Amino acid sequence: MNLRRRATARLADTQQTPFAQQTSVPAQTEPASSGPPTLRMAAAMQLLRQSGHELPDRHAVGAGPWLQAVIDALCELSSRDPLTGLSNRRQFELALASEIDRVARAGEPALVLMIDIDHFKKVNDTHGHPAGDKVLKGVALALQECIRPMDTLARFGGEEFAMILPNCPPSFGLTVAERVRTKVEGRFVAIAPGQEVKVTVSIGGAFAPQWVRSSASLWVERADQQLYRAKSAGRNRACLEQPPVSLVSAEEKGLLFGTSQFQDLE
Amino acid sequence: MISSANPAEENAREAKAAPAGRRARILAVTSGKGGVGKTFLSANLAAALARLGRRVLVLDADLGLANLDVVLNLHPKVTLHDVFTGKVDLEDAILPAPGGFSVLLAGSGLVEYSRLTLEVRDQLLKIIDTVAPRYDHILLDTGAGISEVVLFAVSLADDVLVITTPEPTSMTDAYATIKVLATQQQRRDIRLVVNQVGRLGEGRAIRGQLQLVVDRFVAPMMAEGDGMTKPGPKLELLGEVPLDPAVREAVQKRRLLLQLLPGCAAARAVEAIAARLAP
Repeated sequence: MNLRRRATARLADTQQTPFAQQTSVPAQTEPASSGPPTLRMAAAMQLLRQSGHELPDRHAVGAGPWLQAVIDALCELSSRDPLTGLSNRRQFELALASEIDRVARAGEPALVLMIDIDHFKKVNDTHGHPAGDKVLKGVALALQECIRPMDTLARFGGEEFAMILPNCPPSFGLTVAERVRTKVEGRFVAIAPGQEVKVTVSIGGAFAPQWVRSSASLWVERADQQLYRAKSAGRNRACLEQPPVSLVSAEEKGLLFGTSQFQDLE
Repeated sequence: MISSANPAEENAREAKAAPAGRRARILAVTSGKGGVGKTFLSANLAAALARLGRRVLVLDADLGLANLDVVLNLHPKVTLHDVFTGKVDLEDAILPAPGGFSVLLAGSGLVEYSRLTLEVRDQLLKIIDTVAPRYDHILLDTGAGISEVVLFAVSLADDVLVITTPEPTSMTDAYATIKVLATQQQRRDIRLVVNQVGRLGEGRAIRGQLQLVVDRFVAPMMAEGDGMTKPGPKLELLGEVPLDPAVREAVQKRRLLLQLLPGCAAARAVEAIAARLAP
């Protein structure tokens, strides 16, 4: 039924573009920009209605402001994860790119946390996908309670969430990550009337590389490495990348100048 | 001039068309400790590479305490500082050095650059991107230590070369540098030159010893990857340079060893290292 509705919507679109129909070129390969501006309006209206966006009355506000409201609503829509209402991955990557730039400019510390629900597959397998969706929403809600207005919280994909925390001093990092972890741990999610489940998350974090040429993807990769550490250390824990150590311990020096090995190698 | 008979011109056009395809291999030359012969080796390596027919630029990336000009006995009227401030064109600051390579000198005493500002970083990036298509090798002669200027310079390079001597302090600092580069920049291939060795094979022993400590302490910090076992950093010994009185003589006369005393043991060692860099 859903499919058919989508099909009719597309048909309604093409009916408004007689030029595309007259040519032998299939309507779908025609670039959207080459058609008249009303081309995708029907689809846009439907998307906005479906997501519960309220648009102002076109006649009351005038064509210009109305169109602006449509564009704003579409931008908003394209940056949100439909299930949880958090930023989606696209929005997260935009925020990450601008944050890494800001860090490079200002040299201020910023933390990225990758947050993954532990044993999420088991929830899905045991209670079904609708329950899984409820758990995702419940965790999203708990995470939302942990952030400041300046932070970005996104659903990164699947059961993985990501947080960008600008201006977070390194000494606070672990406290912040632990707060997020315990917040989720202490939460019961109702998956059916009278039925609640409890989930935990594993968290990996890394601070933005200051003063070096780096990339957003390397930053996330470093946080991911820590997430992997948290997972392999038993889950339901937070691991943060340690600040670079330029100190050489006595143990390292001992091995470096261990006389016996040194003799052997000569 | 549409003829493509001139291969240099052909190259130039290709370089313009595909700057990413034909650009210099950038090598950062660094060391934990100062005074291990980093600048001296950079200059002589550049000369050896030039002798192999390579187009080489040495960029003085030790912005606060540069002394490439001292080693080469150059008295530059224009330096990187003038390029940064817009006083001269980049082209006018690239100078020919004895030995057949080019240099971009920072000039000594620019203490203001010892802290890395955004402007300096942007400028350096722009300069390197501009000149990279014209050379086969760019050597970044970085400062000693693990300051942010050094880390930034190394982050611009394709390869990194760490210089050490058999001195325990120099080895300890080389190890600290390797550790930071591996953990912070995910460097897995690090080249090594052991300078001032007292006897043949000492460089190989030192590489082995450093690798041993790296395997034990640094590799586990990097292996915690995405479920796969990632290898730790590998140290490749490019060569060892013997302690040679000829070096002292060249340094004091402020001449290139390869020009003043070609054929001496240290000069031959430098040439062997260049051959490994430019196979």
